[in-house]
Amino acid sequence: MKTFLRLVGLTRPFAWWMLLAALIGFATIGSGIGLLMASAWLITTAALMPALSALQIGITGVRFFGISRGVIRYAERLMSHNTTFRILTRLRVWFYDAVEPLAPARLAAYRSADLLKRIVDDIQSLENIYARVLSPPVTAALVTLLMWFIVGHWSIQAAEGVLASQLVAGIAVPMLTARLARGTARGITALQGEQQVLAVDMVQGMSELRVFGMVGDYTARLREAEAKKLALQKRAAFIEGLHESLTGLAMNGAVIWILYSMLPLARSGAVNGVTLASVVFGVMASFEAFLPLTGSVQNIEADVRAGERLFEIIDAKPEVVPPAKPEPFPKSTGIEVKNLTFTYPGSDRPALDGVSFSVPPGSRTAIVGPSGAGKSTITSLMVRFWNPTQGTISIGGQNIDRLDPEALRRNIAVVSQKTYLFGQTIRENLLLAAPDATDEQLRQALTMSGLDSLQGRLDDWAGQHGMNLSGGEQQRLAIARMILQNAPVIVLDEATANLDAVTEEALLDTLHRTSQGRTVMAITHRLHHMERYDDIIVLYEGKVIERGSHEELLKLDGFYAGMWRLQHGEGNV
Amino acid sequence: MNIDRNLMRLLSEQKRPFILSGLAGAVGALMLVAQAWMLSGIIEMAFRQAPAWREVLPLVGLFALFSTLRVLFGWAGHHEAKKGTLAIRKTLTERLSGTIAALGPSFARSAQSGRIVTTLLKGVESVDAWFSQYIPQLLLSLIVPLVILVAIFPADWLSGLILVLTAPLIPLFMILIGKRASAATEKQWNTMSRMSGHFLDMLQGLSTLKLFAQAKARRDGIEEASENFRHSTMQVLKIAFLSSLTLELVGTLGTAVVAVSIGLRLLGGHLPFRPGLFALLLVPEFYLVLRQLGTKFHAGMEGVTASKEMHEILDRASEIPKAGSCDLDANEVSTRPIVIDNLSYRFPGSGKAALDDVSLTIEPGTVTALTGPSGAGKSTLLNLLLRFVEPADGAISLGSRRVRQFSLDSWYRQIAWVPQHPFLFNATIRDNLLMARRDATQDEIDKALKQAGLFDMVRSLPEGLETMIGEEGARLSGGEAQRLSLARAFLKDAPLLLLDEPTSHTDPILEAQLRKAMEVLMRGRTVVMIAHRLETIRNADRIVVLDGGRIAQSGTHGELMADAGFYRQAIFSSMEEVAA
Repeated sequence: MKTFLRLVGLTRPFAWWMLLAALIGFATIGSGIGLLMASAWLITTAALMPALSALQIGITGVRFFGISRGVIRYAERLMSHNTTFRILTRLRVWFYDAVEPLAPARLAAYRSADLLKRIVDDIQSLENIYARVLSPPVTAALVTLLMWFIVGHWSIQAAEGVLASQLVAGIAVPMLTARLARGTARGITALQGEQQVLAVDMVQGMSELRVFGMVGDYTARLREAEAKKLALQKRAAFIEGLHESLTGLAMNGAVIWILYSMLPLARSGAVNGVTLASVVFGVMASFEAFLPLTGSVQNIEADVRAGERLFEIIDAKPEVVPPAKPEPFPKSTGIEVKNLTFTYPGSDRPALDGVSFSVPPGSRTAIVGPSGAGKSTITSLMVRFWNPTQGTISIGGQNIDRLDPEALRRNIAVVSQKTYLFGQTIRENLLLAAPDATDEQLRQALTMSGLDSLQGRLDDWAGQHGMNLSGGEQQRLAIARMILQNAPVIVLDEATANLDAVTEEALLDTLHRTSQGRTVMAITHRLHHMERYDDIIVLYEGKVIERGSHEELLKLDGFYAGMWRLQHGEGNV
Repeated sequence: MNIDRNLMRLLSEQKRPFILSGLAGAVGALMLVAQAWMLSGIIEMAFRQAPAWREVLPLVGLFALFSTLRVLFGWAGHHEAKKGTLAIRKTLTERLSGTIAALGPSFARSAQSGRIVTTLLKGVESVDAWFSQYIPQLLLSLIVPLVILVAIFPADWLSGLILVLTAPLIPLFMILIGKRASAATEKQWNTMSRMSGHFLDMLQGLSTLKLFAQAKARRDGIEEASENFRHSTMQVLKIAFLSSLTLELVGTLGTAVVAVSIGLRLLGGHLPFRPGLFALLLVPEFYLVLRQLGTKFHAGMEGVTASKEMHEILDRASEIPKAGSCDLDANEVSTRPIVIDNLSYRFPGSGKAALDDVSLTIEPGTVTALTGPSGAGKSTLLNLLLRFVEPADGAISLGSRRVRQFSLDSWYRQIAWVPQHPFLFNATIRDNLLMARRDATQDEIDKALKQAGLFDMVRSLPEGLETMIGEEGARLSGGEAQRLSLARAFLKDAPLLLLDEPTSHTDPILEAQLRKAMEVLMRGRTVVMIAHRLETIRNADRIVVLDGGRIAQSGTHGELMADAGFYRQAIFSSMEEVAA
């Protein structure tokens, strides 16, 4: 219920639009009622054989309602779609606003494309909450009110019966079916999730499943989940049918009740036959408003579930809160890391354990060590994606938690192992680093990063996740971004690790050339051109175990020297 | 028409429920007519004689009976159709998953795996509307108007004539406007899904946006893009909805014309009251059924599209190679040589042979290292041994028996396989290990973990062996995944080991540990491996150098070094790299 109210709250800015759309929905059904009532009036009156002119009003009414129903329905559909899209826009912006401060620390668990896709689907499905959940009950309530006045005008007793059957159709039946259907939508969603996981595993892991003789096992599990899901969907369809049938019965009950309560009035002459026929037809038409309520009931559970998932994500407390009064970014760019300790949530082993070192302004420092030594954690802490558990990082003598995170990030250019490229043009992907850059500057950056080939292709689509570009080109684009960003501090985080040896060599040269004169921190486990660094810090299991220049470390003949030999002692074929 | 041949074939396998659904629809239509007749009778009585409740009670009772029956038959009709639909979906899922499984890894890896999953899950769900809504509505739109016409003509032939004349307008307009409008709508819905793709892109790249301090700036971009999409979509919808407006107008104006015509004839005394009222009650139902066909037509469209994609997979069933059913035991594998005889393989759609007339005998208990430049056919040879693909020519035999005689299961029971990029399932570490041998004891699992060098890492996890891995759980690094794959191979303990050595791009320390574990695993087994490292290659009993799908050289390290071929050249160039 709480989730539901929060979801409803999100649509509040559109309350007037929604009300308007519901009113037009009401007018549509009103026209339907009008059409049938006018028709009944017309022919019953005609049966009394009055003068033709007496029928004129009925004929006009029939024509009017005949046209207005279609036209109003048209307006209603336009209006409700328009509102739905507005709500969707708002939901997207709302979710983005809420999730932006949480990235990436609190979203670590949602990194995978599939999980994020589910979130996007959830938001998409919430557009229903207005069109299929909130609007039909409002329309039904208005129709009930209308019928109360129409029928009540002739007979309160008849109106009470109609009201009773409409309450049954509008409240009792939906409540009953909601009760019967409880858990169905949730169960279907859960099974769909289970099937998704099974199917992905089966298709992607087909080779392994074959060799382990488990293919049959997985197809059987998939079928079993399908059978369970189908059973639930069968139940849902049964309940939907029950809902429609009960609504139909309520309508017939109302008709019989009107006959029962109005026949004596007709007998006494208080009501004439024309009225009786018109009211019966009108009541029958009014039940059109109650049919969409099935959808309301069925959607509400799925929507609340989707809402719960979204709220669960955005209710997390952000890892990093910007300082209220940030200090300006310092002029000097020496980096000082003091006693830095960091443990990822859910882990009992610190990723960094009391690490201290300093990088003088304009110098080049390499951080090396085996995978899992905590190297990349330093990058995450530097750009304030996470906060250190203990210890500090300072730039130019200023603790970075006193700086505005955005200003900090603008002044640190990061080139990481995997470059994320947006499904936009190459130009847009470059402008990310420098929104005001001219095309001339973009071309210059491309030339410097060895991407002359892309000069004329600024408007080409980079492809979903940069699929239209090779791995080498993607990393070179990252370097072009770095050049454009023109930041005083550069962090290279395994920038060339995913590339083949030839491309890597070329890129390392480019990086070396383009990062001259800046404070550079390079993180790597592959020891290439180590003599280019002023200082090398060796990390092992979160601790600094050696430190010095390449030659000093080789002379020391410790861990670093061992790594060096392992990489350079043997050749590959 | 929205009639898909493949879907029709599926339908014919489940005739019964749909025939029942049609019958229920027909009975429902009769009840509808009877109900209208009763109601017109009641109103006529009320109108003419102002009767007492008692007098109309029989008619009211019949009305209640018929209307209740109509509701129940309607429900039954839907229920039957749904039942048939679910049975069809069940069959479809079974056939699809069976075909995908039988087509095996070469298919699963060639097509985009995401598309296969979508077809298997969403595809099957999207045919639902075609069977459970479109087909029953199609039946209803054939039955109900007919029943109504048959009932109306004797009562009021003019109204019947109006219906007959206006009814064709509905399908006509549907075709005239519907086609263009639905094309436009479809295009617009594609744009909408692109919009949601754009949003997904922003969410996935959120860290990148933050790194460039652009996250806040992009917020307005999302709003702007979303609003632009709304505007353009609304432009299209304005036209698209015109089609339903037209259909609706045909219905309501048809009703109005009938009402006015009945009214005028009543006025002139040319028509008795009850048939007129009866006709008026039935007219809206007549149009409603036809109009609904339009809505359900669109609901069913998606199913037709999905059906195409599903049958693209199902139609490949003929490609499934036939496997034998012979059994084989471990002893056979560890004592007999694997004889590869004039083996060739061509990738589908490629003219060039990936493997070209390769002959090779692998003695039991020896280590054979496959090497050569990329694209030389090393992986193809391994895939043929794994029976992931079938040879175009030639055969693989175990001793004198063709490998294809053995059932797939009995062949795989003798193989342990360590791929370059092992796949981990969305399950616990224990489940991932138990795949290799379902009845392994705790001690055996621990031992395999120790042998693979993974024991300490698993023990350090808060949930140990019960830790979920993969998509929904913790992620293992590449090196850890490889070690888990090794542990699986240790557990499986099969006589034939097929290995794809990891390339040297991983961490050097980790790599040394992995190599050591592999050496232990190789002991006492027949090993065929794709080898990258000089040391591994040097120690092999036999080195096979592949080039362009053919065996360029074959022999021990010493033999090959004596020959001035690819091998010696490669060794020298790697030495130079070390020297540099």
